Amino acid sequence: MPEATEGAVVAGAATETTVSTVTTAGGAGGSGGSVGKPRSLWSDAWGDLRRNPLFVASAVLILLLLTMACFPSLFTSASPRNGDLTGAFLKEPEYGKVFSPEWLGYDGQGRSIWARLVYGARASVIVGVVVTGTVTLFGGLVGMLAGYFGGWADSLLSRLTDVFAGIPFLLGAMVVLTSFEVRTVWVVSAALAVLGWTQIARVMRGSVISIKQQDYVMAAKALGAGTGRILLRHILPNAVAPVIIVATTALGGYIAAEATLSYLGIGLADPAISWGIDVSAGKDQLRNAPHVLLFPALMVSITVLAFIMLGDAVRNALDPKLR
Amino acid sequence: MGRYVARRLLQMIPVFIGSTLLIFLMMYALPGDPVRAMWGEQAIDEAQIASIKHDLGLDLPLWQQYWNYVSGLFQGDFGTQIASQRPVADVIADAIPVTLRLALFAFVFTVVVGISLGVLAGLKADRWLDKGVLFFTLLLVSVPSFVLGYLFQFIFAMKLGWLTPTVQNSEDFGQLFMPAIVLGSLSLAYVTRLTRTSIAENKRADYIRTAVAKGLPRRRVVGIHLLRNSMIPVVTFLGTDLGALLGGAVVTEGIFNVQGIGREIYEALNRHEGSTVVGIVTLLVIVYLCASLIVDLLYAVLDPRIRYA
Repeated sequence: MPEATEGAVVAGAATETTVSTVTTAGGAGGSGGSVGKPRSLWSDAWGDLRRNPLFVASAVLILLLLTMACFPSLFTSASPRNGDLTGAFLKEPEYGKVFSPEWLGYDGQGRSIWARLVYGARASVIVGVVVTGTVTLFGGLVGMLAGYFGGWADSLLSRLTDVFAGIPFLLGAMVVLTSFEVRTVWVVSAALAVLGWTQIARVMRGSVISIKQQDYVMAAKALGAGTGRILLRHILPNAVAPVIIVATTALGGYIAAEATLSYLGIGLADPAISWGIDVSAGKDQLRNAPHVLLFPALMVSITVLAFIMLGDAVRNALDPKLR
Repeated sequence: MGRYVARRLLQMIPVFIGSTLLIFLMMYALPGDPVRAMWGEQAIDEAQIASIKHDLGLDLPLWQQYWNYVSGLFQGDFGTQIASQRPVADVIADAIPVTLRLALFAFVFTVVVGISLGVLAGLKADRWLDKGVLFFTLLLVSVPSFVLGYLFQFIFAMKLGWLTPTVQNSEDFGQLFMPAIVLGSLSLAYVTRLTRTSIAENKRADYIRTAVAKGLPRRRVVGIHLLRNSMIPVVTFLGTDLGALLGGAVVTEGIFNVQGIGREIYEALNRHEGSTVVGIVTLLVIVYLCASLIVDLLYAVLDPRIRYA
């Protein structure tokens, strides 16, 4: 996207200039953009995003997935749970019949694979969104407090972050999940969130530390603004960009993590519908009925790809260093 | 330097205590009972449960159990595998050579291919080659390792017949080839991207212009001046990535039937037995803490401007 960003190089070459334009435009918004008016980081970024084919492609895919998660019956009339063992056991896909139950074939229990894919979207989307939301709120809070107050609060919170970051993400989630007999999407989300917030906290802390020394924060302090006001109105809008970048990219990772855990039999379990479970169920028939494994595997990959592409596009639009 | 190491080691103590306490609490304070799980669906003999719990020290108060666990760690005792009654340390010692071979293979593959691709892409930033490499890494990040594993198995072993689908002999590097690539693929993507960004940033630095102006051959400028200065983010990543590499081994070793640490974790998970998992994860935490210290010390080697007081 060099052609799209070329014009912004002068305006946003240094982080400081970009950051100060944000405040003049009144914090987060994205309404600016008319000629003459100072353009904020956010409206610049939105302009960039709209012209980025990577962003458009990922946005369309994600909207489709969200619709699938909310209204699965729009996409298929078949049931994802009721199989027909006598008539449809491991039946081959019929690629001509697009979106019909027999489109992608049937699995080892005679269930329509297309219907399983459609209904599986919900678990993935919920885990991705819930984990990212929790992690961003909690990690952002810890990072902001540590970065702004410094001193012993910083030492304490940073060591706490180190403690959680020292535990390997996927393995730690496995340890948490072994303790639960019934593992719903909420339990899986909680297990991932407990270990996932440290990255955001570190990014937020670094970002806040660099922002709090800016002149406009000093000015706000000199004018007698309270801590809460400084944190929420002055620091947060300017420190949040790197956090958003990390969070969007991480969302795809959480979806992959859920699928991996479910695949290993330590995440979601039947009767929940998850692509990870379906991959695991298909692994024994890889030689004679590869479609049972390959379609759910493909679906996981496309979903993760969509979110990672979104993260990439957001990074390109928001990171001043890449401009 | 010596004082810096000493200070870092002291800082590691609270983190070590915190991490082990956290793992310990995850294991014992959460609902679920591994001893009871040994019986499965069968009728439970309460007296036998009580005696096993007494032998394993599971009837003591929580703080005392934690104390036993931590003091055991310093004597090389990582707990007892409940199903086989073997010490977890023995289980680890049996399985670790295989996993180390696999991880080393994956690591070398990641470093060599990742850095080469990253340098190529970084030097040609915003050209077609760069875009191609970026898209390739995007794909690698998106395909979870269990998907990639079965995809490789399906294509290269079942359809083309080039490789054996599972590893029969873990000493044979030809058989470890496929699992190692699958294991290293995610790290490969990150290493490539980090190298690319770093190279693209540094290639406009003053010292590079000086090196070129001095008339140094291009190979030396890129290989010594540019590469060495661009390695810090990559080394940081590789150091902290060790844990993820071994976590990924759970999936990869399961798919390719490698009898290593990951396989032990996978089997322990299927038995719903936490103690093996906790022992191995504790070991990984120690490895992670040491690796991050080594990475910090490596900074000074890579960049002499960084000094430790």
